Amino acid sequence: MKEKLEQIKAEALKQIEAAGGTGAQALELLNEIRVSYLGKKGELTALLKGLKNVASEERPMVGQMVNEVRGEIEEVLAGATEKIKAAALEERMKAEAIDVTLPAKKGYMGHRHANTIALEEVERIFIGMGYEVVEGPEIETDYYNFEALNIPADHPAKDEQDTFFINGDFLLRTQTSGTQVHEMEKGKLPIRMIAPGRVFRSDEVDATHSPSFHQVEGLVIDRHITFADLKGTLAEFARELFGEETRVKFRPHHFNFTEPSAEMDVSCFKCGGKGCRFCKGSGWIEILGCGMVHPNVLTMSGINPEEYTGFAFGVGLERIALLKYEIDDMRLLYENDIRFLRQF
Amino acid sequence: MNTALSWIKAYVPELEAADQEYCDAMTLSGTKVENYERLDKNLEKIVVGQIDKIERHPDADKLIVCQVNIGSGTIQIVTGAPNVKEGDRVPVVLDGGKVAGGHDGGPLPEEGIRIKAGKLRGIESNGMMCSIEELGSDRNMYPEAPENGIYIFPDTVPVGADAVEILGMRDTVFEYEITSNRVDCYSVLGIAREAAATFRKPFVPPVVEVKENGEDVNDYISVEVKDPDLCSRYCARVCTNIKIAPSPEWMQRRLRASGIRPINNLVDITNYVMEEYGQPMHAFDLDTIAGKKIIVRRAKDGEEFQTLDEQMRKLDHDILMICDGEKEIGIAGIMGGENSKITDNVKTVLFEAATFNGPNIRKSAKRLGLRTDASGKFEKGLDPHNAQAAIDRACQLIWELGCGDVVGGMVDVCEPMKEKARIPFRPERINELLGTAISKEEMLSIFEMLEIEYDEEKGELIAPTYRQDLECVADIAEEVARFFGYDRIPTTLPTGEATAGRLSYKLRIEQKARDIVEYCGFSQGMNYSFESPKVFDRLLIPEDSPLRSAIVIANPLGEDFSIMRTISLNGMLTSLATNYNRRNKDVRLYELGNIYLPYQFPLTQLPDERMQLTLGMYGKGDFYMMKGVVEELFVAVGMKKKAVYNPAAGKPFLHPGRQALIEYEGGVAGYLGEVHPLVCENYDIGTRVYVAVIDMPFVVEKATFDRKYEGIAKYPAVSRDISMVVPKDVLAGQIEAMIEQRGGKILESCQLFDIYEGEQIGEGFKSVAYSITFRAKDRTLEESDVTAAMKKILNGLESLGIELRK
Repeated sequence: MKEKLEQIKAEALKQIEAAGGTGAQALELLNEIRVSYLGKKGELTALLKGLKNVASEERPMVGQMVNEVRGEIEEVLAGATEKIKAAALEERMKAEAIDVTLPAKKGYMGHRHANTIALEEVERIFIGMGYEVVEGPEIETDYYNFEALNIPADHPAKDEQDTFFINGDFLLRTQTSGTQVHEMEKGKLPIRMIAPGRVFRSDEVDATHSPSFHQVEGLVIDRHITFADLKGTLAEFARELFGEETRVKFRPHHFNFTEPSAEMDVSCFKCGGKGCRFCKGSGWIEILGCGMVHPNVLTMSGINPEEYTGFAFGVGLERIALLKYEIDDMRLLYENDIRFLRQF
Repeated sequence: MNTALSWIKAYVPELEAADQEYCDAMTLSGTKVENYERLDKNLEKIVVGQIDKIERHPDADKLIVCQVNIGSGTIQIVTGAPNVKEGDRVPVVLDGGKVAGGHDGGPLPEEGIRIKAGKLRGIESNGMMCSIEELGSDRNMYPEAPENGIYIFPDTVPVGADAVEILGMRDTVFEYEITSNRVDCYSVLGIAREAAATFRKPFVPPVVEVKENGEDVNDYISVEVKDPDLCSRYCARVCTNIKIAPSPEWMQRRLRASGIRPINNLVDITNYVMEEYGQPMHAFDLDTIAGKKIIVRRAKDGEEFQTLDEQMRKLDHDILMICDGEKEIGIAGIMGGENSKITDNVKTVLFEAATFNGPNIRKSAKRLGLRTDASGKFEKGLDPHNAQAAIDRACQLIWELGCGDVVGGMVDVCEPMKEKARIPFRPERINELLGTAISKEEMLSIFEMLEIEYDEEKGELIAPTYRQDLECVADIAEEVARFFGYDRIPTTLPTGEATAGRLSYKLRIEQKARDIVEYCGFSQGMNYSFESPKVFDRLLIPEDSPLRSAIVIANPLGEDFSIMRTISLNGMLTSLATNYNRRNKDVRLYELGNIYLPYQFPLTQLPDERMQLTLGMYGKGDFYMMKGVVEELFVAVGMKKKAVYNPAAGKPFLHPGRQALIEYEGGVAGYLGEVHPLVCENYDIGTRVYVAVIDMPFVVEKATFDRKYEGIAKYPAVSRDISMVVPKDVLAGQIEAMIEQRGGKILESCQLFDIYEGEQIGEGFKSVAYSITFRAKDRTLEESDVTAAMKKILNGLESLGIELRK
């Protein structure tokens, strides 16, 4: 009996070894081997069935022997199957190799306008500092565009050469500063807001002028707001927008609706302040106008200037976009040539 | 405002600063330097030489050979200049020196022109004699220079001296940008005062003393101001025995550096005082003035007047005139008249120094199209005190320069002057505003430099009359900040109540819209808000359309920018046309911009500004692709109801068979379609164009960022496919509406999967196939449920004239 078992085992192992190769054919052959030895009508199964002819005291031992052989054959079969599958997979992977340097297939995405990208940068920075982004009307009244901003009735800015008029008090706003007034009139304090939007001035179109452009207005009103806060806030803004190493310079200036007023320059982000063609040799680039909200402006909007102070600033969006993205002609921004738009 | 640094230093004698240092310090204290330029740029090794001997060049008819004494010796120079003679003293650039430009007076080369010894037609030449153009200037500034030739000095100039110095070119001219509130700084004295305060050096203004001849001005002239609202002060003085001659060299230099051409002593004095004090003056020939009388009054409408530039000017009632006893003799503050102008034969001069209403002068100058140096100063609104100071200064110079005698006294017609502004001095408040801890003493020292007085008793600051900009504590705080130094103020961040940063809801929706349409391949463009009224014709919009009622700009840049758009398509089509003409393929653009819809004319309230999302494309894609973008957008902003596409959109600018109004919950969200071929033609676009316009206020109203989980279906779905023969004019939308209406609760969806027109289908019909899916939320559907629902649907479809395909 034992001999018979050994013989079957040796035979089976020999067959399995011979069944080498790859692919489905080899797997099928292995399956046939499995069936011929271990299947219902297989040789080992037949042996087990013949156990009833064995003496009852020997039965357990013989049974065990048969099972051991069965186990061995199964193991070798499994190993051989595994090997064939692995070889097959490897072959497939090799055959399926592709040229990864062939062009990508993409449905091309559209692009945001350079102005919008610049605006979203500005919004991101100020939202992070707790500012709300609001808007005001583009067609305004004289009151919001001028009077409530402490701009006297006979100020040159109100001449036809600068402002587009409609009729009566109605005009196209020349600055986003009117949103300051709208915001203050809501009567909710403190205020931290920025207001982006389109503004209009009577300038002929050329490489640096456009009769329609965008500004972002900023306003903070609270108790104990100082000029130092204005400096700190805008310095932070400049570093976020132009890079950590950006330095700022505040120069005294004049705006009717702020006092004290300033213009802020940033160190040239092209040359780092050494002076280059970009900054016309000065090392500085003018970025925005700002100042402490004029007490007359607060009073007119119903805020007590003794109790509350604030600062305001205005940034030209196109200016930021032109500088940051090194666009050399403002007209490109309104021409909408797809080859330009796709660069942003 | 351009001024030589040497002129500033004349009033701040202790000022010592390199050009760049001066530029930086002045800019930081508020007098911004735009630019500065050394007058002796590229002028090297140039001395005064005297031509001792002139001989003809042996080999060239047009050249001469000069022996020139340059003080340290004599050099030989060959020149072609026609105007020199023996004994002339001329500027000579020596071997290795530099001049600024060529003799033709063209643009100056950046690095100048190096001069080297050499031979001219075989004769040695060891330098060059210079024309004024070669020295970087021109005859306008140096009228005594010959038109074509070497500059010749007067004989009094020492031989061997620095020629550049003698010409007044060892100086730097600074160009300042003066802010409109600082009228006082449109003057040399004003800037000098700021410079003195900036560098903390004493300010030494000229001492004005007038030597009078004992006569009385009232015997010469009387003044009457009829319109004091336009002329708050009129000062008049008279000078006799006028002797016209060139003004002294120092005065000419200063004027030249300021960009003013020297003319003669009298004209130069008025210009000099205008620069120095910022107060324009006018000189009349008293002998031309009728009735010994000056009358200041408004002009009459339609009158004409000849100004001293010999132009006829049309006047109106709002223009102020200076008149004598009979006639007009000058336009106040702008330009004098031809009839009273100073000639070289003038004997007696009437000086006028007045204070005119600034805005009136500005507007008059604009209407006349005549902006002069004088009007530029008057329009800013001058300090009436300055008029007297300036006229006295002019009279002093008349006498000092030997130009004439000064008649005693001044005629002064003057409105009551404003009291000096008194402002409470609140050092704590100033520090509170600035975020500083500046001592009271330091503040007071700043005020002293600025001539702001301190009334200690009342605790008030008193602003000088020329500082009309100082009115309140904030103004004073700025003065403190300027001279304490903006750069020395600390940098802090606001403290206090925290606020939530956020976009407004509208802006959030717009941001979402940008994201979605960009995912769909559309790039953002921007167009102007104003356009031409011709746009309506190009878009085939009928004459009676309300869209033509656009807001009109009263003073547009031109007709093309004259109306506020009521429809957003023109900008889009123009942009697409630009791309089409530049042969850009497959262009998809979008714009988010307002249209402006007035409620009434003329405006009595702000118009309705409606944000429009406008999509436009040509190339790959079609109507349904555009429709897909619209639906992606609606889903992304939470508009989950089914939009209805109504083909009766009635848009004249769209293809009549390819347009739809987008209806949502009974309202109109926008429209889309293929652009009408005639419109494409009007925009020169030779291909099919698809557009969609979404009315964003409507979207904002319907949008929501709320999301609720609706569960995943647990029970299996049952599908039925139906293939139908449909009359051609029945729309898919009608079929779907019918299926939805009849399908009942268990209807999950219906999906079109085939549509066909052709041979197998009869004329006037199309084949349409739908896959209809049923599902119940709470159970597995029975066959009978589906059969019943299908029966209802088919019955309904039959009523539309639809038959199942056999």
